[in-house]
Amino acid sequence: MRKTGFIVASLAGLLMAGTAFAQTAVKIGVLNDRSGIYADITGEGSAVAAQMAAEDFGTDKGITVEVVSADHQNKPDVGSNIARQWYDTEGVDVIADVPTSSVALAVNDITREKNKIFLNSGAATSDLTGAKCSPNTVHWTYDTWQLAHGTGGAMVAAGGKTWFFLTADYAFGHALERDTSAVVKEAGGEVIGSVKTPFPGTDFSSFLLQAQASGAQVIGLANAGGDTVNSMKQAAEFGITQGGQAIAGLLVFVNDIHALGLDVAQGLVLTETFYWDLNDKTREWSARFEEKTGKKPSMIQAGVYASVLHYLKAVEAVGSKDPEAVMAKMKEMPTDDPLFGQGVVRADGRKTHDAYLFRVKKPEDSTGPWDLYETVATIPADKAFRPLADGGCPLVQ
Amino acid sequence: MFELLGIPPQALFGQLLLGLINGSFYALLSLGLAIIFGLLNIINFTHGAQYMMGAFVAWMLLNYAGIPYWGALLLVPVIVGITGVVLERLLISRLYHLDHLYGLLLTFGLALIITGVFRNQYGISGLPYAIPGQLSGGQNLGFMFLPNYRGWVVVASLVVCLGTWFVIEKTRLGAYLRAATENPTMVGAFGINVPRLITLTYGFGVGLAAFAGVLAAPIYSVNPNMGADVIIVVFAVVVIGGMGSILGSILTGFGLGLVEGLTRVFYPEGSAVVIFVIMAIVLLVKPAGLFGREA
Repeated sequence: MRKTGFIVASLAGLLMAGTAFAQTAVKIGVLNDRSGIYADITGEGSAVAAQMAAEDFGTDKGITVEVVSADHQNKPDVGSNIARQWYDTEGVDVIADVPTSSVALAVNDITREKNKIFLNSGAATSDLTGAKCSPNTVHWTYDTWQLAHGTGGAMVAAGGKTWFFLTADYAFGHALERDTSAVVKEAGGEVIGSVKTPFPGTDFSSFLLQAQASGAQVIGLANAGGDTVNSMKQAAEFGITQGGQAIAGLLVFVNDIHALGLDVAQGLVLTETFYWDLNDKTREWSARFEEKTGKKPSMIQAGVYASVLHYLKAVEAVGSKDPEAVMAKMKEMPTDDPLFGQGVVRADGRKTHDAYLFRVKKPEDSTGPWDLYETVATIPADKAFRPLADGGCPLVQ
Repeated sequence: MFELLGIPPQALFGQLLLGLINGSFYALLSLGLAIIFGLLNIINFTHGAQYMMGAFVAWMLLNYAGIPYWGALLLVPVIVGITGVVLERLLISRLYHLDHLYGLLLTFGLALIITGVFRNQYGISGLPYAIPGQLSGGQNLGFMFLPNYRGWVVVASLVVCLGTWFVIEKTRLGAYLRAATENPTMVGAFGINVPRLITLTYGFGVGLAAFAGVLAAPIYSVNPNMGADVIIVVFAVVVIGGMGSILGSILTGFGLGLVEGLTRVFYPEGSAVVIFVIMAIVLLVKPAGLFGREA
């Protein structure tokens, strides 16, 4: 009896050891805004997207994935605390999403210090792959340089030479204004003024009035989420576009347009790197996403899915979750997913793919509550993002 | 062209007018708070959520029942006011004999719950609510373009604020109310139903918040966070005006709207904190607020 027990125990031990070798357990922390103004474009939807990536990757490859999530409330100190706690005591290997540039820059530093991996989808600042670039960070979906050149470039090309900015007063707004100003000046235009608005805000009428009085041809909104929705709603109220000035929404998400309604938003030109209605693959995935969340995905949520999927492929290829080896593999291996198609992760951590210039449809052209955009132009991946040499990233010098 | 402190006069007048419009919201909301505090001694932290409910109920009436803006303006204060009455009867009335702190905690908790329910149901991006057709467009005043709707907000808010002040300070009903807060036992002995008077007062205060919510719906996106964004400012307005002072909250509401508007011109980054700076100064000099009576 004792002998049988020993054999059974040894066998069990052997089996468990065997699984330990074959199984890699990966823990992914989705850190974002779950209750504030970015909760709809990131929030629970991003956690769902990460979970979908784990399911679509498959359970048969010897990698188990656990997804946890938390609310950083758009505050760098709160975000930093959670990131440290996740890395130090809860065994999180990867932090994903992290909108709000100020929080993302903090998590960027902590991830580098702890030698883990940061898959950013939500934050906009181009500093993540520029001056603040890190060997541990991939910046997936979009950034301020890309937005500035996409929307800003198109507006200047259409004849908008003088600009006035409404800028959200924190890292993201400043970066977006800086990058867009550069585009405007490069094209021979002029920035005649800007105003820093408290973040988050509700009443933008005073600032819009200043923009109106400036006589600028284009009023650039260097803000996002609820701030953009309120500024656009109030711009319509004050008759700004009827007065001949154009509004440039530099960072506008499909959810914002959905919230504004086409009556107010029609005609707006904007840049995104993902839209649910691009092709059969994006439609199929977005339908599954909508089943789980009741909404169409934002480009940020799509980016969380795609970045997690690429990370898991790299872990599979390397056969371990060693951050250095996995990052090297992520940069070496071309990316391929149903949402962004084919692309690469560059040496500075920038993921590049095509971007799209969209125009918001007129109410009469829309066939449903989420049928919001028509495509104006596709910006190829090599034009959409900042050239590797221009970012000043120490990793590529 | 002459300039005033480096700002063209057109821009200055424009900003003053906008400040007045924001002040309308502050006045309406702080008036409701002041009535509830002055007569019930409850620090009603649910006020912001009730303002938000006003906007949402207006949206629901339009989208589920086809009732347009004007109907909402009359119906919403009644509907949300009734939820206030229910709340007062079920929960708040049990706390009158306890310390202020209990009422504050209860109403703060209720605000979080109400906001959370709306956030889960409708998301955070907000819902569209159009300006009623009769009030779309605007007037060119020379120094600024004034949307008709914003002009209407100032007028509606002034009328409601002054009407409320008149009822409380100048009529028999108001006299009963004020007496009931001073000495409920005595007033009860005269055959007046004091608990019902108090319940209806709470309902009325809530109705004022809901009315402000309907006024706000076409300007701001109808959003679960809209109450949380404004309530702290409104509390500062009430504290500056003097807790419980009706006239104080109305005048301070409009006045601080103007100050905030001016700050937006001269130092935009400071416009989010200027009201709190003023609050700190006022409390240092006059701890009971500008119009408050020293206890």
